[in-house]
Amino acid sequence: MDSIMSARRILMTADGLRLAISRMAHEIAERDAGAERLLIVGVQAGGIHLAARLAQELQQWRGQPLIAGQLDVSMHRDDLSQRPAPAIRPTNLPGDVQGATVVLVDDVLFSGRTVRAALDALHDFGRPERVRLAVLVDRLGHRQVPIQADYVARKVESLPGQRVEVMWSEDGSEDGVFLNQP
Amino acid sequence: MTWNRRHLLDIESLSTEELLTVLDTARGFKAVGNRAIKTVPALRGKTVINLFVEPSTRTRISFELAAQRLTADVINFNADTSSLKKGETLRDTARNLEAMNADIIIIRHSAAGAPHFLARFLQCSVVNAGDGAHEHPTQALLDVFTIREKKGRVEGLKVTVMGDILFSRVARSNIWALRKLGAQVTLCGPPTLVPRWFEQMGCRVCWDVTEALRDADVVNLLRIQHERQRQSMFPGVGEYRSQFGLDRARMEGLKPDVLIMHPGPINRGVEIDADTADGDRSVILEQVTNGLAVRMAVLYLVTGNDPGFVRN
Repeated sequence: MDSIMSARRILMTADGLRLAISRMAHEIAERDAGAERLLIVGVQAGGIHLAARLAQELQQWRGQPLIAGQLDVSMHRDDLSQRPAPAIRPTNLPGDVQGATVVLVDDVLFSGRTVRAALDALHDFGRPERVRLAVLVDRLGHRQVPIQADYVARKVESLPGQRVEVMWSEDGSEDGVFLNQP
Repeated sequence: MTWNRRHLLDIESLSTEELLTVLDTARGFKAVGNRAIKTVPALRGKTVINLFVEPSTRTRISFELAAQRLTADVINFNADTSSLKKGETLRDTARNLEAMNADIIIIRHSAAGAPHFLARFLQCSVVNAGDGAHEHPTQALLDVFTIREKKGRVEGLKVTVMGDILFSRVARSNIWALRKLGAQVTLCGPPTLVPRWFEQMGCRVCWDVTEALRDADVVNLLRIQHERQRQSMFPGVGEYRSQFGLDRARMEGLKPDVLIMHPGPINRGVEIDADTADGDRSVILEQVTNGLAVRMAVLYLVTGNDPGFVRN
């Protein structure tokens, strides 16, 4: 039986993930594809595959190549002295942040602190015209800072100790989203 | 990513994985130096104290700038104008600095083991910026970072360290780092300054300059440490230059893609001539740039904290 207490519960199948990303891309296109300069930026490390897939889907409305960027936020976190120093991954932005419409992309929105750090990290590169937030999974009720996503594939009720695991074919596994017990 | 140390005291006790963690982390910080805004808030609110009991310009400034780029507050402690001159012990000085809520103490001292001594009783982090003739870990880290960046790897490379090995903490830290990363190390210089027992560290000792340089991928030149030599270990500067100085003629016998490195300060016309120091094989100034990134990485890593880990 698929109860909330089982060890590993599937939240999205490979097909479900594909459809959800397509729907998010449509929503972004409807609202933001007309922006003069659009940057799709994945937050390292969880957001980069989703950002790349969204950029791929959005190209059809932009009529030009759209390449996703990556943003590392480890140097902008507020909890360095409370945890082992996180690994620093590359930051590559596909264009000038100044004046651009930036869609920040992450896999899971939980406390909101990663997004807070990402906003700070992003602003080191310039002042965007506007910033949106796109996430695959929004874990409802766990926010520690006032941050909400503009584009959400799936809203999930969960307990604090549980973990949302997102698997990507780019990493050699089958696409899927799972809710794991600690 | 492997790091759970509160201090950076030496290279000898680091694992290969820990060395690689510092180098990978430093690569991320080097990229920050190319941005319009060169500071990041990782150490915001932290206090870093440069406790330099032995003179240094380059290393102190590099650590100071590294801490500032991480948004830490930095205090420079100058031994010449301090209570150490009035007879205060190093232990008391360090405990006083810690009582001012220092988070990291960076120490340079003429006595080998001074950082290890502080680490035994301080709660804050201790970073070794050079202790006597023992170790200078961040110098070795920036040297292997530079080699890795330029050559794409360290493993399997032939690295010749030339000059005053006996009195050099840079040489010892470099030997540890290079050996742990799989390089083949040759030591060269006057036999009085390059004793045979360095072979116990896994190096080749070669007193023949031509032989030591012939197939080197990297040549790291060390300064003659006048201040650490109680008696004359070689006849004179002119003699050293003719025997071991890296000039244009000796450069012709080297591999065309050799890297020429030097931790500075260089003595032009002694261990290296101007043509070589300023030539296209020299990465001496890039070492200085990389030193900043490596020191940011070290300060970042020792600040990371997890109560679940066993501390060194």
